[in-house]
Amino acid sequence: MDKNMSMTKVAMPEQEPNVRNKNFSEVALGYTKEMAMEEARRCLNCKHKPCMTGCPVNVPIPGFIEKVAEGDFDAAYEIITSENALPAICGRVCPQENQCEGKCVRGIKGEPVAIGRLERFVADYHMANAKPTEAKIEKNGKRVAVVGSGPSGITCAGELIKKGYDVIVFEALHKAGGVLSYGIPEFRLPKDLVAKEIETVEKLGVDIETNVIVGRSVTIDELMEQGYGAVFVGSGAGLPRFLNIPGENLLGVYSANEFLTRVNLMKAYKFPDTPTPIKVGKKVAVVGAGNVAMDAARTAKRLGAEEVYIVYRRSEEELPARKEEVHHAKEEGIIFKLLNNPCAIHGEDGWVTGIEVVKQELGEPDASGRRSPVPVEGSNYVIDVDTVVIAIGQSPNPLIRQTTPGLDTQKWGGIIVEEDTMKTSKDGVYAGGDTVTGAATVILAMGAGKKAAKAIDEYLSK
Amino acid sequence: MYKIVSKETLNSAVELMEIEAPFVANKCEAGQFIIIRVDEDGERVPLTIADYDREKKTVTIIYQVVGYSTELLSKKKVGEYVQDFVGPLGHPAPLHKCEHVVGVAGGVGSAPLYPQLRKLHEMGVKVDVIIGGRSAEFVILKEKFEEFCDHVYIATDDGSLGTKGFVTTVLQELIDKGEKIDEVIAIGPLIMMKNVVKVTKPLNIPTAVSLNPIMIDGTGMCGGCRVTIGGETKFACVDGPDFDGFLVDFDECMKRQGMFKEEEHECRMHLAN
Repeated sequence: MDKNMSMTKVAMPEQEPNVRNKNFSEVALGYTKEMAMEEARRCLNCKHKPCMTGCPVNVPIPGFIEKVAEGDFDAAYEIITSENALPAICGRVCPQENQCEGKCVRGIKGEPVAIGRLERFVADYHMANAKPTEAKIEKNGKRVAVVGSGPSGITCAGELIKKGYDVIVFEALHKAGGVLSYGIPEFRLPKDLVAKEIETVEKLGVDIETNVIVGRSVTIDELMEQGYGAVFVGSGAGLPRFLNIPGENLLGVYSANEFLTRVNLMKAYKFPDTPTPIKVGKKVAVVGAGNVAMDAARTAKRLGAEEVYIVYRRSEEELPARKEEVHHAKEEGIIFKLLNNPCAIHGEDGWVTGIEVVKQELGEPDASGRRSPVPVEGSNYVIDVDTVVIAIGQSPNPLIRQTTPGLDTQKWGGIIVEEDTMKTSKDGVYAGGDTVTGAATVILAMGAGKKAAKAIDEYLSK
Repeated sequence: MYKIVSKETLNSAVELMEIEAPFVANKCEAGQFIIIRVDEDGERVPLTIADYDREKKTVTIIYQVVGYSTELLSKKKVGEYVQDFVGPLGHPAPLHKCEHVVGVAGGVGSAPLYPQLRKLHEMGVKVDVIIGGRSAEFVILKEKFEEFCDHVYIATDDGSLGTKGFVTTVLQELIDKGEKIDEVIAIGPLIMMKNVVKVTKPLNIPTAVSLNPIMIDGTGMCGGCRVTIGGETKFACVDGPDFDGFLVDFDECMKRQGMFKEEEHECRMHLAN
C-alpha cells in the first residue's frame, strides 16, 4: 500500500463558525470512509510505536490504523475496544496533542497522524453499521458496587462485568454519564452518543441505578454490609470553586457547573420548550481558560450573547484547554482577555453590571510549572458584562469522605490511592478518576477505572 | 419511576402526595429534602420531606401549586408515577434535647416543621407551634400538630382563625407573657423567618431557620443554592437546609430567589399552550 506523505492531516469537515455559534449541533462532522483511509495511510507503522506510549489506556494504535487503511473497519474497532471501552467519546474529547499525537513521528516535521479523528471514525462507523452481538459471560457469583456513572465508573463496571462479576452502578443524578452528560456540551459530544455508549455497557449486564446518592441514600459501609465484596468510587470532582471576590453572589453569576448543567443536562437551551431556564445577557465574562471555560464561553455565544470574553490571568502559552477547543472558540468569535485577573464583580439592584480586573505580568514558575501571574499595580479596569461564569476548577465532592470512616484523603479532598491498584486506605474500597486526581480528563479517568477493575478482580479472587 | 401511593388536597393551593421511594424512606430524617422531576423533560424541584414510613417505604411531600412544574405534579393521580425522586438531601435538622421549643410555621412551612417538632416531642421536649396563614383555609396540618404539641396557636391575616395578625405577633405575646423558650424553629417565607429573627435575636433565643433557594442538582455540585451565613458562602443543599437564623443574610436570599421571575412567567404561558 502506498504511504500518504502529506505533511498535513486530512481536513475535518466542520460547520462554518458563524453558523455553528448559533446552534448546538456537533461542530466536527466526521471523516468519510475515503478521508479516513487517506489519513490512515499517513501512518508509517513505526517499529517503536511512540504513539502508544502517550496513550493512558494503551490502545494498539498502529494496529487499528493499519486496518482502517485496509478498509477493515470492524477489525479496527475490535482492536481499539480491546483496551478502550468508549472510543466514540475519546476520539472526540481526548487532548490528543498531549498524548498519542504528541508523540507521533509525523509530527516532527509536519502534522501528526490524526489518531483522534480516526478513532472517532471507527467508533461512529461501528455504531452506525454493527450488528448487536450476544455476550456470553460466566458469572462468578460475586458482587461489586460502583459509585458514579461517569467515565471511570462506567469503565470499571464494564471491565468487571466481563470478568463475571455482578455489577451495580449508583448514580446521584437522574441520568448516567457524569461529565459526559452534564459537563461536555452537545456540540462537542452529542448526548445520544453518550447514551448509546452507556447502553452498550448495560447490555453486558451492568445495572445502573440513578437517583441514589452514596453518602446520603446509602453509605459505603452499608454497601459492604449488604454483601458487596468491593466498592469502586468514581464520584468525580463536582464541587465548584469560586473566586471569593466581592459581588460573587450577585444575580447573573454562575459557577460553570451550574451554567453547563442547566444547558447540557437540563436542556435549558431549549427553554421555554423545557422548563429549566438559563439567563444569559448580552455580554458574558467567563473566568478561566480550561476546557470547561471554553465550553461555557462557546455555550454562552450559542445562547445569544453578543460578546463573550474569556478572562484568564496567564497568557496563551499557559492556558490548559485542548488546542482544538481554543481554535474553535476563536473562530466562533470568543474574545480572549489574557493576563487579566478578576478582583471584584460590580452590580446594580442585585444584578451584575461589570467585572473588575487587574492586568498581570508573568513572573517565576509556580508549583504547576507554569509562570505565575503578578499584578500590575493600578492597572484595574472594568469590563461591562451582565453575566459572569466562574470556570476556575472543580474539586472532589466531600460527601463520600464525610460519610466513610477510614477513608484517607488529601487536604484538598482527593481520595488517596496506591498508584498501581487504585486501592484506598479502606479494605475493599478503590477509587479513580477526578475524585482522586482533581478535575482532569475522561481518558485518565477511564485508565484508572481499568486499573481498579484489575485490582478488584485480584482482591476478590483470593 | 416512582409510584404515587396516596394524594390529598389540603386547600385550594396546597396538596399532599405520598410516593414510594425505598432508598429515601429508608434513611431520611426530619429536616432533609428530596428533589423530584415529574416527567422526562422536567426540571429538578426541591421539596422538604413532610413525613416518611420506613415500612411502607414511602415519603410524603407537601407542595404549593404555584408554577409550571407543581401544576404538572398536581395533574398526576394515585397509581401513576413521577420520573425521578432522589434523596435524602441536606443534613438532618440539628435537634437538641432542651426543655421548651416553639415552632413557627408560615404557609407550607408547616410541612417541614411537622417532622422536626414531632421528633423533638419524641425526645421528651415540650413543643408548641404557631401556624400562620393568609386565612383559615391556608392554615395547614393543624390537626397533625395537635396530636403532640402542648399548644397550637394560629395567626391569620384576616382573623378568620386564631389571632388576627402575624405569627411574630403571637410569638411576641408568648415572650411578653413570660414564657421560657429555649429554642425557636422558624420555617416559612423568607420575610417571615427574617421577622422572627428580629424578635428572637435581641433576646438571644437560638433560632433555626430552613432556607429554600433555587436549586439544580441539590448535591453540592453547582453552587446555585449559595447563601451567605455569618459572612461566609455556604451551599444550602449540602451545608443546610437548616441554618442559624442569626447568621443568615435574608436580603441576599430574597434577591437570589427572584432570579428567574421573568422566565417562570414565560414558561407558564408557553407550556400552558
